[in-house]
Amino acid sequence: MIALVFLAQTIRIAMPYFFAAAGGVISERVGIIGLTLEGFMVTGAFCTVLGSYYSGSAWVGLACGVLGGAVAGLLLAVATIRYRADQVVSGIAVNLLAIGSTRFFLRLFFNSSSNSPRVAGLGGEQAGAGLLGIFANPLVWLGILILPLLGWVLYRTPFGLRARAVGEHPQAALSLGVPVTRIRYMGVVLSGALAALGGAYLASDQHQFTDGMIAGRGFIALAAVIFGRWHPRKVALACLLFAAAETFQIQLQGLQLVPSQFVEMIPYALTIIALAGLVGRTNPPAALGKVE
Amino acid sequence: MTDTETPAVIQGVVGRDMGGSSTLRSRLEETLLPPIMALTIALVIGDLLILAFGQAPGDVYRLLIEGTWGNGYGLGQVLYKATTLTCTGLAFAIAARAGLFNIGGESQLAAGGFAAGALGLLLPTGMPTLVAVPILLIAAVVGGGAVGTVPGVLRARFGANEVIVTIMLNFIVLALLNYIVAVHLHVPETLHTAEINTGAVPRLADISEAFRGSAANLTMFIVVAAALLLWWFLFRTRRGYELRAVGLQPEAAEYGGIRVGASWTMAMAISGAIAGLGGINYVLGYKHYYEEGFATGSGFLGIAVALVGRNHPVGVMLAALLFATLSQGGLAVNALVPKQMVDVLQAVVILAMVTSVPEVQRVLRAARGRLAG
Repeated sequence: MIALVFLAQTIRIAMPYFFAAAGGVISERVGIIGLTLEGFMVTGAFCTVLGSYYSGSAWVGLACGVLGGAVAGLLLAVATIRYRADQVVSGIAVNLLAIGSTRFFLRLFFNSSSNSPRVAGLGGEQAGAGLLGIFANPLVWLGILILPLLGWVLYRTPFGLRARAVGEHPQAALSLGVPVTRIRYMGVVLSGALAALGGAYLASDQHQFTDGMIAGRGFIALAAVIFGRWHPRKVALACLLFAAAETFQIQLQGLQLVPSQFVEMIPYALTIIALAGLVGRTNPPAALGKVE
Repeated sequence: MTDTETPAVIQGVVGRDMGGSSTLRSRLEETLLPPIMALTIALVIGDLLILAFGQAPGDVYRLLIEGTWGNGYGLGQVLYKATTLTCTGLAFAIAARAGLFNIGGESQLAAGGFAAGALGLLLPTGMPTLVAVPILLIAAVVGGGAVGTVPGVLRARFGANEVIVTIMLNFIVLALLNYIVAVHLHVPETLHTAEINTGAVPRLADISEAFRGSAANLTMFIVVAAALLLWWFLFRTRRGYELRAVGLQPEAAEYGGIRVGASWTMAMAISGAIAGLGGINYVLGYKHYYEEGFATGSGFLGIAVALVGRNHPVGVMLAALLFATLSQGGLAVNALVPKQMVDVLQAVVILAMVTSVPEVQRVLRAARGRLAG
């Protein structure tokens, strides 16, 4: 029973990571650095709540969230692909824009500087359902499947083959007639939509938007992408590992075995160690960060 | 990102200094047009946001200017904020000159402030300010520099991408400081340490009544001196020349006998040190203790400052004044429009700036090519 509760809790915590990391994998695989996952998640969470609030339907909210994330992705794509703006700085700018504009619109729509009113969720949070109740939320099933699904797309479909080619060797892909620019746009917009699902999950789970609610989860997802070496299956395991560490810390809070701050550091520290090549080589997609 | 590629945003800035072929006029055009375009775009979007709130843009901008440069308190607050932003802006700028992205300004600033605040608790109460201040200043520089050196070494030795390492280090360092303060050093019921025993930097208000109530303090002169020193280092010393050469084209620099790894490490160490120096402004000049979260936002805003200031120390100082005016102005106009509007505008400036730098360069060069041909 304890193991089941632990597992359910881990999956619940991993959910936003699954979605955002899937977005990170596809974006980095087509060559655009996934620094903006955080901003996409913020946008997704806010648009979900906004849509849900004004329509009264959690599903309409979800659609708005995904759309919002896709628009944010398009903004990044236009900056980095059309205008060839530097990816690192544009990524940070889009993050700041997402955080800043949600704060502004929180004041404009809800007249609050901290949180939105309560909105409907997607199910699975009814009292009495227990921790296993999370499986009543359809988004959870999508979240569990999203990275395996992405793996199938990347390695078993023509689009996936092209996407990988664009990220590894765009010139070669171009000479073979692959529409490099279009694939890049698709990858980044898809990345925005996927990461936004992670934000939407959090918003529907918490029934509201709170300023700062994403709290660095986009960067943990990016850490999972790097630690999982851009392979959907390994990335999913990395997400689970990071989530399990958090669950462990929450479950053992009373015991004070390890200060929570040190548990927080785990994903980031592991990523730095992986990048430094201390546990085998880490080879990012060859054309990552370069457009032309 | 490989070691050989210099991002366009950095190339656009560094390239001119060694290119030698472009005339003063074309240099000025390429330097000044992007910030002007970015600020114009921000102004238009600002108008739209103000209109969305049902206010008249003219009224809001008038209030913004009156609340910042219009009185001693507002001006003092602008100068105070600009001091911190100059530090984080210079930190990003010097790393960018070496072809690196330091996204870790946030944690380097916090580490600098923490080092000064923690050491300040250990200094004896009777120690003269003129002795204590330099000691704490060095502590801040070393604290920030240490955090900055780590990604520099990891890049130089293992080729670890400094963008990711600095971002990840932000979280690690802030969590560590949070642990130390929350568990060991905090004053009960607060998130800050006890007040330092000695080493407070005088405020401007102590010297001139006009600045009463504002946080502006003498740290700003230390920071201006640091900016000028950095200019001298970058453009008048061999090490600075090497650093810029590495930023321009690491492989050519290496062929020319420059130790690229050493330059990277040095650039990141200096970068972290300058960000750390910014911690003095808060810890010695304003509150006299380290407080959790004092650095929040300043690190990232430093990137905007460096971009608009075109990675030049003097440009960075001017851009810091601009962004400080915006953040203080946000508070001044809060009665009419939400101060959060400023957060949006700052992001818009960065995005507009980073997209217009390569675009302006392309358009100008194409136009010149047509004229010449």
